[in-house]
Amino acid sequence: MIEILSVTGPASVQDLGRLDQYRFGVGTSGAMDDVALRAGNILLGNDENAAGLEIPMMPFKLRFDRDMAFALTGADVDAEIAGRVIPPWWRSHAGAGDILTIKAMARGARSYLAFSGGIDVPMVLGSRSTQFRGEFGGWHGRPLQPGDVLPCTASTATIGELGVEPAEVTLARPNADPDETLVRVVVAGEYDGFDAATQELFWSSSWKITPQSNRYGYRLQGPAVKPSMPIEKRSHGIVPGVIQIPPNGQPIIQMRDAQTSGGYPKIAAVIRADLWRVGQARLGRMLRFEQTAYADALAAEAEMSAYLDRLRANVGLVEETRTCR
Amino acid sequence: MTAPDRPRISLLGTSALLFEAPGAFDLPHQRRIWALAATASKWPGIREAIPGITNMMLTFETPPREVDTLIAALNDGWDAAEGLAIGGREIRLPVTYGGAIGSQLQSVAEHCGLSIDDVVAIHAAPLYTVFALGSHPGYCYLGGMDPRITMPRRQTPLQRSAGGSVSIGGSQTGVSASPGPSGWHAIGHTTWTFFDPSWPTPAALAPGDTIRFEIEQVIR
Repeated sequence: MIEILSVTGPASVQDLGRLDQYRFGVGTSGAMDDVALRAGNILLGNDENAAGLEIPMMPFKLRFDRDMAFALTGADVDAEIAGRVIPPWWRSHAGAGDILTIKAMARGARSYLAFSGGIDVPMVLGSRSTQFRGEFGGWHGRPLQPGDVLPCTASTATIGELGVEPAEVTLARPNADPDETLVRVVVAGEYDGFDAATQELFWSSSWKITPQSNRYGYRLQGPAVKPSMPIEKRSHGIVPGVIQIPPNGQPIIQMRDAQTSGGYPKIAAVIRADLWRVGQARLGRMLRFEQTAYADALAAEAEMSAYLDRLRANVGLVEETRTCR
Repeated sequence: MTAPDRPRISLLGTSALLFEAPGAFDLPHQRRIWALAATASKWPGIREAIPGITNMMLTFETPPREVDTLIAALNDGWDAAEGLAIGGREIRLPVTYGGAIGSQLQSVAEHCGLSIDDVVAIHAAPLYTVFALGSHPGYCYLGGMDPRITMPRRQTPLQRSAGGSVSIGGSQTGVSASPGPSGWHAIGHTTWTFFDPSWPTPAALAPGDTIRFEIEQVIR
């Protein structure tokens, strides 16, 4: 078990999400940076869908009540346990009573903690992710609070220290401005409802992530992008990544806790291979959109899968070497 | 461009696709959507087929290599779809119109050039059909609203609206099942339970069910 000692902001239990309950109005939830959560689980030999903690603000502190392996991935943070510094994208071992402290987040927006065996909260509608709107899943359907004691199915087997290259390094976009997050999108249903000059404005602008951005959606600020004629759609399904343009012309990127349907015109949608980059873009940071063909979007997903496959193979190789010794 | 009498099919990134039927926002079109969704949900690679308002979203198990094949199947499926008449149950929902939660009742009345009593009477008159579930857990989109009380969605969505809000968004109406962000205008509220994840089917209502709003109170 682990006990939350201090928490800032809405930290929550998340797995890869509740992907098949849309017909009941239930969105996906799940880790905003699914690549980081997968990597953490791979480091520990867990099922990649095992539940971990998503921590959006620091400081954060927890205590292990027994020996347990854990992995820290996602944002670049200053973390230490029992006097040891934990580097980014690293797995380590905690002794009973050890306190893990994450003090500051130098870069990125969300840190992930995975635990050997995963956090053992009940599966609700096929997932352990927290559904904030429905107030179920995760830990009692709510953000974590100090004093919460979360069950883990962790084995106590000793596991060696091991690190992997962070996704943002391996999957870095060439020629990306370090002060901007470059996000690939495919155009969506109402793209043609915007005139050429407005479309150009959408592509060429730097979009600021406003403070009204969270797990529901990222509300962006920039020049007004409005369709040639007002568009009011009949309500239809939407998924994380869809970029809506409400009448004020300021885009909203739907994120993991987004509503499952909407009616504002959609100009584009972030490809799955880049959604984690949005999840790691913090408030105040600038985003820029890059138009991508569907086939290239699939190629980008394949590249992301290949990165995870390599992690899996490398971690497997390390275990094998240790066993043979 | 798609011909006006043909469906519109567009991508929602790489994880889903949207099918929009041509024609009116009415029950016959919605019944064809239900039929198409029942068919498409069985196709390989499709995770779910989710009816919307005379439209349908397909989510992918794995994104198709060839979108064209899927588009052709959807077009054929729509042409072949006979209306699926779902015989649902009828629910009576007591509504308090106006008040703190239904604070937009006056704005809707002004926008539509009607009195508050007219808006309430017009809203409570029809037998509504649940066309689709969506937005948030257990939320029902209803068909059958009188177009006289149509009001466009908000310029900027609200960060939080109350659970149980009875709202109007464009030519649609519905009742929220829990508090959360909304781009609609709340004109009243109800205290019914629409969703419980521990139920065998977590949503209380399903497409094809019908709702009648009963005027419990009007707060001016």
